[in-house]
Amino acid sequence: MANDSVKDVVLSPVFKNNPIALQVLGICSALAVTNSMSVSLVMGLAVIAVTAFSSMFVSLIRNHIPSSIRIIVQMTIIASLVIVVDQVLRAYAYDMSKQLSVFVGLIITNCIVMGRAEAYAMQNGPVMSFLDGVGNGLGYAVILLVVGFIRELLGSGSVFGLTILPTVQNGGWYVPNGLMLLPPSAFFVIGLLIWGLRTLNPDQIEKTEYRIVANSKAKIKETANV
Amino acid sequence: MASNNSIKKTLIVAFSLCVICSVVVSSAAVVLKPRQVQNQELDRKSNILQVTQLYKPGDDVEEKYAELITPRVVNLETGEYSESLDPQTFDQFDAAKDPATSRTLSGDDDIAGIGRQENFSTVYLVGDPENPDQIVLPIRGQGLWGLMEGFLSVRGDGNTIVGLSYYDQSETPGLGGEVDNPRWKAKWDGKKIYENGDYQDPQIQLVKGGASGEYEVDALSGASLTSRGVTNMLRFWLSDEGYAPYLARFHDDSQGGA
Repeated sequence: MANDSVKDVVLSPVFKNNPIALQVLGICSALAVTNSMSVSLVMGLAVIAVTAFSSMFVSLIRNHIPSSIRIIVQMTIIASLVIVVDQVLRAYAYDMSKQLSVFVGLIITNCIVMGRAEAYAMQNGPVMSFLDGVGNGLGYAVILLVVGFIRELLGSGSVFGLTILPTVQNGGWYVPNGLMLLPPSAFFVIGLLIWGLRTLNPDQIEKTEYRIVANSKAKIKETANV
Repeated sequence: MASNNSIKKTLIVAFSLCVICSVVVSSAAVVLKPRQVQNQELDRKSNILQVTQLYKPGDDVEEKYAELITPRVVNLETGEYSESLDPQTFDQFDAAKDPATSRTLSGDDDIAGIGRQENFSTVYLVGDPENPDQIVLPIRGQGLWGLMEGFLSVRGDGNTIVGLSYYDQSETPGLGGEVDNPRWKAKWDGKKIYENGDYQDPQIQLVKGGASGEYEVDALSGASLTSRGVTNMLRFWLSDEGYAPYLARFHDDSQGGA
């Protein structure tokens, strides 16, 4: 796969092959941390850093990793990087790390990070793996920012903490949508986003794997069970 | 590649990876520790300054805190300052966990829902420690979803509220979470706690549908349980169980002076 171009590796996960919108990975943290833009941005940066460096380190030692313990090796590298990122945030962005709380730690369980380590970094060189990690992290961050924008605008009437729609609580006219401040709203927003993306790019729609037909065997099974 | 899977190679890779990762993780933790502790301190100090309403954005927190605030440790039972406990090192949250320095609250006594209460508490005096302009009291109690922790600031008469703010709460965003809304917090300024010097029975409370008088503050709309939690927590911490014996001293002082 040495013929991948740099541009493809970085940009294709952002638009064409987005980890959240197409692969539907990393949804849990996308629900939890997208109620404001600034939190989404920091979370996105943290995931970019972790995905990029973990892919790079896995790729550096890929020819020495015994296949029997490769998952554990990848996890150890990812977990170490996540702890470092968490410690750095606590030291240099304390307010942000208080808002992100456990979700920085939970980057360890983000399927995107491990998915890239296993799927790409184990077969490719360190530089390309690093770029692939950056690209996938970017794809995650872009969706987080879009969801964060919609949720913060409709839920708090602001963007990056700057008031756009003055809310009723602060003497304005906009009645904020309380649902948008709660995690479930991200489901709706991401669902609508995926719908929109697949309408624009019909080749993203998966082939139907099975089709529901009228239940013809139920009677036979019932009698068999008795 | 086959040699990668030998037991020897597997052990070597696993062992060296563990050593390298643990060195990276522990050095990051050790190197960044002082900054993190400093951040926590700064956060606590800026919370105290904000409740006094003397802090303006852009002020240097450390400088302002050193200039204005004197911490003291108070014996909650007698209301006297403790001479033996150093306010710089005393941690009331640790004290509340230790059976030797706290007491169990049960049933009807525990209206704030905190389970254990420390025997001594840190208070933060603003201005002259002998005759403070404001007294900042740490309070905590159950809201709807979890423990709410914050500071209440009262004027030097021990009866007039300056402000109430929570630095840690997990109430519903947009409803109970509005305890953080500056417009709601502004309603506390000038409210009174005790009526006619009756320190047994704090009168301050949140009421639905329009507060009137100086013992009432508007409840948060759509957040009855959070509002009840706030009322209960104030009732508890301002009663005989909490700071009432301490605050009563300021009442006596001011009468003696007049």
